[in-house]
Amino acid sequence: MNPILELKEVSVSYTPGKNAVDKVTTEIYPNTITAIMGPSGCGKSTLLRAINRMHDLYPHIKTTGEILLKDKNVLEMDAMKVRRLVGMVFQQPNPFPTMSIYDNVLAGYTLNGIRLKKREKDEIVQHSLKSVALWEEVKDVMTKRGSFLSGGQQQRLCIARTLALKPEVLLMDEPTSALDPISTNKIEELLLELKKEFTIIVVTHNMSQAARISDNSMFMYLGELIEHGNTTQMFTKPKNKRTEEYLTGVFG
Amino acid sequence: MMESITASNRLRKGKDKIIYFLVCSFSFLAMIPLFLILWDVVSKGYKNFNIRLFTEVTPSSMDALLANMNDEPIPGGILNGITGTILIVGLAILFSVPLGLSIGIYLADNHGKRFAKVVSYLTDLLQGMPSIVIGIIAYAWVVKPLGGYSALAGSVALTIMMLPMIVRSTEETLKMLPYAYKEAGLALGASYTNVVFKILLPSGFGGIFTGILLAISRVMGETAPLMLTALGASVVNWNVMEPTSAIPLLIWDFYNDPNLVDLIWSSSLLLLIVIFLLNWTAKIVARKWKV
Amino acid sequence: MKDRIFRLALFIAALTILLLTAGIIYALVSRSLDTFAEYGIWGFIANPEWDPRSATEEYGALSFIMGTLYTAFFALFICIPFSLSVALFNGEYFKGTKISSAVSSVVDLLAGIPSIVYGLWGFYSVRPIVIELGVNAQGFGIFLSSIVLAIMIIPYASSLSAEFISMVPNRMKEGAYSLGATRMEVIQRISLPTAASGIVASYILALGRALGETMAVTMLIGNTDRIPRGLRDTGNTMASVIANQFGEADGLKLSALIAIGLLLFIITAIINLIAKLAMKKLSAV
Repeated sequence: MNPILELKEVSVSYTPGKNAVDKVTTEIYPNTITAIMGPSGCGKSTLLRAINRMHDLYPHIKTTGEILLKDKNVLEMDAMKVRRLVGMVFQQPNPFPTMSIYDNVLAGYTLNGIRLKKREKDEIVQHSLKSVALWEEVKDVMTKRGSFLSGGQQQRLCIARTLALKPEVLLMDEPTSALDPISTNKIEELLLELKKEFTIIVVTHNMSQAARISDNSMFMYLGELIEHGNTTQMFTKPKNKRTEEYLTGVFG
Repeated sequence: MMESITASNRLRKGKDKIIYFLVCSFSFLAMIPLFLILWDVVSKGYKNFNIRLFTEVTPSSMDALLANMNDEPIPGGILNGITGTILIVGLAILFSVPLGLSIGIYLADNHGKRFAKVVSYLTDLLQGMPSIVIGIIAYAWVVKPLGGYSALAGSVALTIMMLPMIVRSTEETLKMLPYAYKEAGLALGASYTNVVFKILLPSGFGGIFTGILLAISRVMGETAPLMLTALGASVVNWNVMEPTSAIPLLIWDFYNDPNLVDLIWSSSLLLLIVIFLLNWTAKIVARKWKV
Repeated sequence: MKDRIFRLALFIAALTILLLTAGIIYALVSRSLDTFAEYGIWGFIANPEWDPRSATEEYGALSFIMGTLYTAFFALFICIPFSLSVALFNGEYFKGTKISSAVSSVVDLLAGIPSIVYGLWGFYSVRPIVIELGVNAQGFGIFLSSIVLAIMIIPYASSLSAEFISMVPNRMKEGAYSLGATRMEVIQRISLPTAASGIVASYILALGRALGETMAVTMLIGNTDRIPRGLRDTGNTMASVIANQFGEADGLKLSALIAIGLLLFIITAIINLIAKLAMKKLSAV
């Protein structure tokens, strides 16, 4: 099977000469969940944000290397197109406060100036909300604003908003760290369901979460990718000593 | 030893109470002028606060004198001032809102950059400028070159006053929005333009609109800059190139003309009602559209 | 592409602030040049004579500079106990309560009343009291205008200082309370010193307001073109002389009035700069 995403010597620097992410090379395969772990400041979020070009927002951040999405280098593509192909879910649920639930799901289309027929809109909204298991809960309050939903519901709405654009890859930056255990559980179940259709990369602080949901795991330390492999194998027989120390709680 | 501590404790508690009492009573005293002013304006203004105030223009001094001698209420109203205020303030809104919003968006997005710092400092400078000096500026920029007083000159003066207020409120509001909104929008592949117009401005609507309303209410009662620019007129004028009156300008005229003194209070009452309504609306908008 | 145009438009908008400021300075300076050429800059500032009669025509700004300083500082002096009380009331004693939001909306409304209405009120309602007090025969003068001016600047001084006082961290105050301090001692030793430069900054800003305030002062100060001999005397401020005499002025007199406007602009700009520096010092703590 071909990898959907290939990283070749990817480096990101905030200040010249100092790499926050240092020459990361790896491959991600379709329909898998990959967890990126590591202590705070190891560069895991920075790496994630490089993949959908969020670093473009800050002129002082430099990204080098190659990130191939289905053999095309996203660093050379149009940033907006990349972001449609590679969706991102943030740590804090952030539904747009002025839009209704319905409009929030469609935000990706309206923001990109794509016009849809009413029937298409309804279909996309229903399908996206069903795939995040939110449809039954909100189908009667579609016109209300998203901000009255619970934290977990808001986060599922944000995932639905991203899914509506049918991305190739879904990036998630600690998507459950602001949520309670029950909501976290629901999101995790959802991710296992979603991987049938999408490829998911999730940054997490929570090792047991990584163990529960991911197929593959990456361990990063001080900007370097230390180890990348099958999750079960990595948790039972880590190849690298630092990975082992991190997983057993010696540091982190 | 113990006794002296008890005694000094009593002293300290006494002082504490006195200060508390002073703070409360001085705060109370500070509010009294508002009620005195309102009482003055309402009790003296309600008599002439009638439909004629809105439908008729300012009477001549002579007509008012005759009416006064015959013990009749003075004829006429302040229609020319009301229309003038609408014209001058309306134009100023037209000039200052689009410009102020753009500058506010620019500052919110580029803070930290050297150029933005300079712009931000100059905005503060403009905000602190006395209104009479702004009057001089508009006089030098518009009245002199065009060869006469005009509504346009007045609205240029008010624009200079409103601009920094709108810039500040827009900038502050946008800066308060969670950065996540902007990132989420861009992460969906939206262009910067669309993120600004479809997410940031709607999300910050409450704060921005409140800022605009407060700026309008602040310039509504401005007199000094208009004396140097719009001058005043005794007829209804909609031509921006002609001298035009405004409610505060008329109050100034009435104050200087003993025959027209009766109209002072009803015009002030109207002005206060409009200003307080604007402030009140601003408060409601701020509360309702709070992010 | 669309983005680039949009960003360019924003940049151009920001650029207009620069142009506006340049235009303002140019307008003021170029039209004051006649005056400075005639008397010299210092000669204009230090001369108390203001005589528009054509035979003895002579213009100096000192009377109005002194009048402005007298009224503004006296107003600031009167306003301090009231605005500091309101600030402590809202920022310390009743912070975040309903009564505090009621007090601050009343004070906000005071800020909304137009200058000219303050002038009317001062003329019709405060002036008789000043005459009754025996300050002077007509009531007009520095004393009357300063009282009204003090009321006008209370909202500016108090709302900003209240904000700074309420920002004093609770852990600092709790530390003092745990050592047995009374509320007054906490205010005196912790809250006020911590918020000091912010409070000073808000009073400097209020002073800036008072210096440039026009209509109310014009209506109440008595409009005499000489250095006031005391608080009971009449006078003119820089703003009030412009408001009063601009309409009928031309030639050298017009230039002299604009030169006074330029001086007023410079003074308020410096005052605002000082206030800004004071606040910056606070945020660095």
